[in-house]
Amino acid sequence: MAGLPYDVAHLLAGGLVLLSLMLLYQDRMYALLSVFAAHAVILSLAVAWQAYVQSAPHLYITALIALLFKGMIIPVALHRIVQQLGVGRTIEAVVGVGPTILLGIALIALSIMVMRPVTEQADVLTREDLAFALSVVLLGLLMMVTRRNAVSQVVGFMSLENGLIFAATGAKGMPLVVEISVAFSVLIAFIVIGIFLFRIRERFDTVELVALDQSRGEQP
Amino acid sequence: MLALTPGYRLGATLNILASLLTFAASLALLGARPPVGHLLLVDDLNVFLIVLNTFVGFTTSAFSASYIAHELQSGHLTPGYLRFYHAMYQMLMFAMNLALLANSIGLMWVAIELATLTTVLMVGIYRTREALEAAWKYFILGSVGIALALFGTILVYLAALPVVGQGIDAMAWTTLNTHARAFDPALLNLAFVFLLLGYGTKVGLAPLHAWLPDAHAEGPTPISAVLSGLLLNVAFYAVLRFKILLTANAQALAPGSLMIAMGLASLVFAALMLYRRRDIKRLFAYSSIEHMGIITFAFGIGGPLASFAGLLHMAMHSLTKSAIFFAVGHVAQVKGTQKIAKIRGLTESHPLLGWGFVLGVAAIAGMPPFGIFMSEFLIVTSTFAREPLLAIPLVAGLLIGVGALVLRMQGLAFGAPTPNAGATHASYVPFFVHIALVLTAGLFLPQALVTWFRAVAALVG
Repeated sequence: MAGLPYDVAHLLAGGLVLLSLMLLYQDRMYALLSVFAAHAVILSLAVAWQAYVQSAPHLYITALIALLFKGMIIPVALHRIVQQLGVGRTIEAVVGVGPTILLGIALIALSIMVMRPVTEQADVLTREDLAFALSVVLLGLLMMVTRRNAVSQVVGFMSLENGLIFAATGAKGMPLVVEISVAFSVLIAFIVIGIFLFRIRERFDTVELVALDQSRGEQP
Repeated sequence: MLALTPGYRLGATLNILASLLTFAASLALLGARPPVGHLLLVDDLNVFLIVLNTFVGFTTSAFSASYIAHELQSGHLTPGYLRFYHAMYQMLMFAMNLALLANSIGLMWVAIELATLTTVLMVGIYRTREALEAAWKYFILGSVGIALALFGTILVYLAALPVVGQGIDAMAWTTLNTHARAFDPALLNLAFVFLLLGYGTKVGLAPLHAWLPDAHAEGPTPISAVLSGLLLNVAFYAVLRFKILLTANAQALAPGSLMIAMGLASLVFAALMLYRRRDIKRLFAYSSIEHMGIITFAFGIGGPLASFAGLLHMAMHSLTKSAIFFAVGHVAQVKGTQKIAKIRGLTESHPLLGWGFVLGVAAIAGMPPFGIFMSEFLIVTSTFAREPLLAIPLVAGLLIGVGALVLRMQGLAFGAPTPNAGATHASYVPFFVHIALVLTAGLFLPQALVTWFRAVAALVG
């Protein structure tokens, strides 16, 4: 199964991995968020392409959800939060661009080496997609490990979830339950994150001293 | 629904009622089983866990009514948060039962994800800096675990795809188990690694346990009880199901060795960590890691006897650990602190609570008359029978753990009592019901239960 469908899918999957790598070394918040938005847009394109190739109309819904929530709403909301927290200009102490990227490339190689022989039976498209999806997942993990800031950890986690959605759509005919649930969980997760970010800010900025006075030894 | 209930008292009562109803419904499942559907499944393995789950859920709701009243008086929580708390509690119970009942690997994943999110919200309910940090850590690690588990789930679906065909059937336990022989073993192996790591994070196994002590220590005590007693079991149930799937395929790698390694690592590591705890809830959180390690180890060893012991240990650990958290919650309220160094002489200042606590610790440490002793004894004997060399680290880990618990218990329970911070209207009933059940199980197991567990153990393999 070569030809156009395969090439386009390959291009989109490759783009996703490339953007994951780019996420790794962004050291400014706003740039990070823009790259993440691009990541989500590419994801929705890839999902839509899968919907077209597999002629599975329900995947278009997944693509739309990815585009709306992850490509637009969440980046904009995170942008606002970053603005309110006033951490937009901080340059994070990332482990170091060189080692991180090398590690990332090693992870991509690893995931391809792991997935290729295992998926011999599956068709070509699925094989390619799974290898790329695993590398996106691993790069997301790497990002969560190397970052200290809560916002960039969240971005790392969401790029990881993008990889998962990509894997789920690559698996032919996987029931709708999963896609909706993934999108749904992202939504809930985001609400949780939003609440937490604000709470953390509240604690760390204003109530810190009061909180120390009030702790009465009940909290260790 | 409970979020809309105005008064906290009413909320608590409704909470108890709802839990009682779920418990009754689960007992009904014992008698009449609904037919297997696309999404839901009831068989020997999960009925046992559901009954256990709803029972502990019910007793915990009873305990939480008295506990929460005290938190409200001392100003730790406001009525608004309580409404939220009760709503989340029922949501958590629903999610856990759904995870146990699910016939589809996808649905099970969704339910466990839902359970994770509700517990994250509950761990952070005190809104202190520590609680938020604990909740954040739990959220991040739990999500990573759950993400890895989803990847494993997708791989299992892919393995089933060529055999079963597209659609919902390729995710149902019933069809997966019957066709597992024909699946591609390499894909299954890879999937199991992801699933074990993913759900293992939620079980609290060794390299991925970091969230567990924090979440247990900072969240409200009823939640610690439910987390330790139930949620760890539910996550382990997922691992167990996939283990059955892998054992059905002869060419796939034996899942046992991986589980043995992770189980032993958790056991020994947690047993050593027990010595250095200064916070009473953290102490018992590490003890949970230890016991989940023992359970994982038991199922890793496999065979009828070890699996039987593993099941028994799951039940006993749930009952005992939740009982201990009930006691610990009251202890912390009475003394106004969770620091071990500041709690002394409980048996003198509060005889009933103190001696109850001693009983609970004796039970969790695996002292003879209690049920945990029996299951641990069975695990050790079957290890000697099957893998004699592995028995050495196992027994060493067990002994180290017991030593730490007894050491801490002596300090906590005996000696000159420290001053009290306040009175408590403790409800001792749930605590002693649990301890009594554990004691009965240790002295005498009903024949019906034994045959049932045997059947399940044969299923697990």
